[in-house]
Amino acid sequence: MKGTGRAYEESLLAVMRALGVELEEVEDWNCCGATAYMAVDEVKACILASRNLAIAEKMNNKVMMAPCSSCYLILNKTKHYLHDSPQVNSVVNRALKNAGLSYSGNVPVRHPLDILINDVGLDAIKKQVKRPLKGLKVATYYGCQIVRPYATFDRADNPTTMDRLMEALGATVVRFPLKTRCCGASLTGTLPEPGLLCSYIILKEAIRCGAEVISTVCPLCQFNLDGYHDKIAAKWEHVEIPTLYFTQLMGLAFGLSERELGLHRNFVPMKKLPEAQPELAVR
Amino acid sequence: MENVSQKKNGGEQPRIGFYICHCGHNIASMVDCADVAKYVAQLPGVVLSKDYKYMCSDPGQEMIAKDIKEHGLNRVVVASCSPLLHEHTFRNATEKGGLNPFYFQMVNVREHDSWVHTNREDATHKAKALARAAINRVAHHKPLETKKVPIHPDVLVVGGGIAGIHAAMTLANAGKKVILVEREPTIGGHMAKFDKTFPTLDCAACILTPKMSEVGSHPNIRLMTYSEVVKVDGYVGNYQVTIKRKPRYVDEELCIGCQECIPACVFKEPKFADEFNEGLGKRKPIYIPFPQATPQVVTIDPKVCLNFNKKGEVSNKCKKTCVEACGDKNAIDFTQTEKFEEIKVGAIIVATGFKTFDARRITQYGYGIYPGVYTSLEVERLVNAAGPTGGHVVLRDGRKPESIGIIHCVGSRDEKTNRWCSRVCCMYSLKLAHLLKEHTGAEVYNFYIDMRTPGKNYDEFYGKLLEEGVHFIRGRVGEVTDWAFTKEEEGKLVIRVEDTLAGYVRRIPVDMVVLSVGLEPQPDAQDVRRLFGMSCGGEGFFLERHPKLAPVNTFTDGIYLAGCCQGPKDIPDTVAQAGAAAAEAMQLIDRGYIEQEPNTAFILQDECCGCKSCIPLCPYTAIVFDESTQKAIINEALCKGCGTCVGSCPSGSIVQNLFEDDQIFSEIEGVLSYD
Repeated sequence: MKGTGRAYEESLLAVMRALGVELEEVEDWNCCGATAYMAVDEVKACILASRNLAIAEKMNNKVMMAPCSSCYLILNKTKHYLHDSPQVNSVVNRALKNAGLSYSGNVPVRHPLDILINDVGLDAIKKQVKRPLKGLKVATYYGCQIVRPYATFDRADNPTTMDRLMEALGATVVRFPLKTRCCGASLTGTLPEPGLLCSYIILKEAIRCGAEVISTVCPLCQFNLDGYHDKIAAKWEHVEIPTLYFTQLMGLAFGLSERELGLHRNFVPMKKLPEAQPELAVR
Repeated sequence: MENVSQKKNGGEQPRIGFYICHCGHNIASMVDCADVAKYVAQLPGVVLSKDYKYMCSDPGQEMIAKDIKEHGLNRVVVASCSPLLHEHTFRNATEKGGLNPFYFQMVNVREHDSWVHTNREDATHKAKALARAAINRVAHHKPLETKKVPIHPDVLVVGGGIAGIHAAMTLANAGKKVILVEREPTIGGHMAKFDKTFPTLDCAACILTPKMSEVGSHPNIRLMTYSEVVKVDGYVGNYQVTIKRKPRYVDEELCIGCQECIPACVFKEPKFADEFNEGLGKRKPIYIPFPQATPQVVTIDPKVCLNFNKKGEVSNKCKKTCVEACGDKNAIDFTQTEKFEEIKVGAIIVATGFKTFDARRITQYGYGIYPGVYTSLEVERLVNAAGPTGGHVVLRDGRKPESIGIIHCVGSRDEKTNRWCSRVCCMYSLKLAHLLKEHTGAEVYNFYIDMRTPGKNYDEFYGKLLEEGVHFIRGRVGEVTDWAFTKEEEGKLVIRVEDTLAGYVRRIPVDMVVLSVGLEPQPDAQDVRRLFGMSCGGEGFFLERHPKLAPVNTFTDGIYLAGCCQGPKDIPDTVAQAGAAAAEAMQLIDRGYIEQEPNTAFILQDECCGCKSCIPLCPYTAIVFDESTQKAIINEALCKGCGTCVGSCPSGSIVQNLFEDDQIFSEIEGVLSYD
């Protein structure tokens, strides 16, 4: 979120500010380890991730919001492991103690979509819409991590929270059967061919479904779907469709500037939306 | 003899005979029976104490009767199994010996003791404590008499599917009067919608419709279609049932089924989704569900008929060409309203059937999203010659499918929806595979988790399908989508599945997907359960009294189960169960009377203060208030012995036979005084 995902951070902060949601960055946070470390050593990965949880708890926050899909999954997975396994819990807490920390499991880890739909509410979001995304056809792409294996705020097989959010912004959500299919994840870096194929399939299908833009929740998905159009064109065919963070689309509907939302960082440019209607802008 | 006076037990000294049963090894392996008998022998009042291998055997029973006479016993206690099994047996033996059968008390040392403990010493101690309680109690027993209550000879059958039809016919052919209630305009149920039946491929209509018309014309059957049971009062042998008759706006007596009115309707073309064809065909507001519907009477649907407004009231805005066409027969009657009718019956057979799983709940299979996805019930109609396409299998877009995928276990054996196996889907999927191949020549794929074909000639049918060249792929389908990966997949529905035999994920493009939907309880099963005082299992199907030995009985006497309302089953099993339910009902009504357990409550008239607090508490409305004496009275015929009033009476003036204070307290003392 500080590197390739900067646009996500910028747009998320801008949108949350507009909605009056207070956010505080976890002090001195560390990498959650992502799926890579979990695959190497689960307990050590838990220790790494739980340090973030422990700091959040120390900061007296009610909720920990994890915008990155991978962080969201790893932090939740760690919470589950600590809760379910006394052995893992004791190892992790011993490690935390050495760092002068402790973790009791009280801070829930939630996804921004969950918070926006269930706490802020669609009505409050609708009130902020100054430039409805009328006529914009959106393919909502959830990726593989936020509803699997923990389908806490949405359904695993057919999530709909982002669909409802986009509709609240005035956009048209196209039927997109690949909503939760893998984007290729880190394979684009390690084994490019199957990795790129995954991204190609998603882009191609989104266009076939009539979408003008893909809305995503994950920095890695966004990077894969946005950054490899030339390679995909060289290998298969030219499939050009912008991939925006859902928060960028929200910001556009809220009438925020493209710069504030980090839109200049995207590779595939978003088409110009009609200007804000004066009567809506006044309100 | 009256049970209501406080009879003394004659003041005689108790002479108790005690018997403990080994029940083979069932009790003897965990309880030292000889030791228990030795312990009981020295208790006050005990004249004789024995242990025996099988008390329920003829010699065991004979022994009780003989001992009563030879030793002058006046009380008997048997420690053995559950009273549910053999209380009756030992009461009879007691009576045979010349005693009132209620001078007997039973101790359960099997289900309550030997079967649930692992320490022989502790289990033996427990048996002694329980025996001592019974010895203490039986001394306070009084002679009672069972009451005989006559049984109403008619039977109500609820639900007119194959289960209800078969039960009603069996009873009617035996000369019983049957009232058959069905909520749809016709009987026939799900079976009427099927094309062929497995494994014989009999035409379902050919074997069902003759039975339907027999029901319609049988002198012993009163058919009430388009009707629902709304209230059930009374008790075994004497039920009062209220039935709601929904208005069909056609007089059943006057309509002759000529159907002249249907072409005359102001709607020139059928326009409304036809329920019988699963919405694949259309009907008019005045319709008959299918040609062999029973009764042969048309029905008017007020939701779409122009002569009704949006609220369902008669608006008289239509030209009523149907009435004209009906002419002198005058069968169409827009003045009909909902009517309620009360009937009396002795027994009730509940055969309310099932509902198929709503395939929309599994979104990844695309039902309701892709027009090429069908449910199995829709396909039954598609392959049927009387169906919406005349038996031609064509897709919603008019194409003839060249490849078809049948997905098994949709809403069955699934942690996310229904966990149970629906039992019929494997077989009907095979049947549909055969029929679809026969009708279209298409490549047919079956996607299964396990093939379950236990049944007479069922596995042979599976073998036949394998030879017919139908493909079988083992694996639960992940999704059905229309996104194409290759040229060949374009314009097709792609089934993604992990082929667990080949060990890789496959994509199989097809033109048509058939979802083999599972069986579920009816959506109103909980209401029906409450109506008839039945229980439901965890999955919502009605619960039988015993899964093995009382599969058609419920926990309410006189109410029996038949068909899929008790759990998924195929047609042969349904018919067998319906026959069994009819036999059980007949066994009840042919006896002519029921013996009521004398565990009823009565009110000590001298002590009742007339506060009326017991009256609203009685679940059987058995308590009335006598204005002349200003005291409550319990109708013994209605009392079921639940004890609610006994516990609630503020003045302690209600007493229940077999559960009197001195009996219960002495029993408690007996248990507690053992150490």
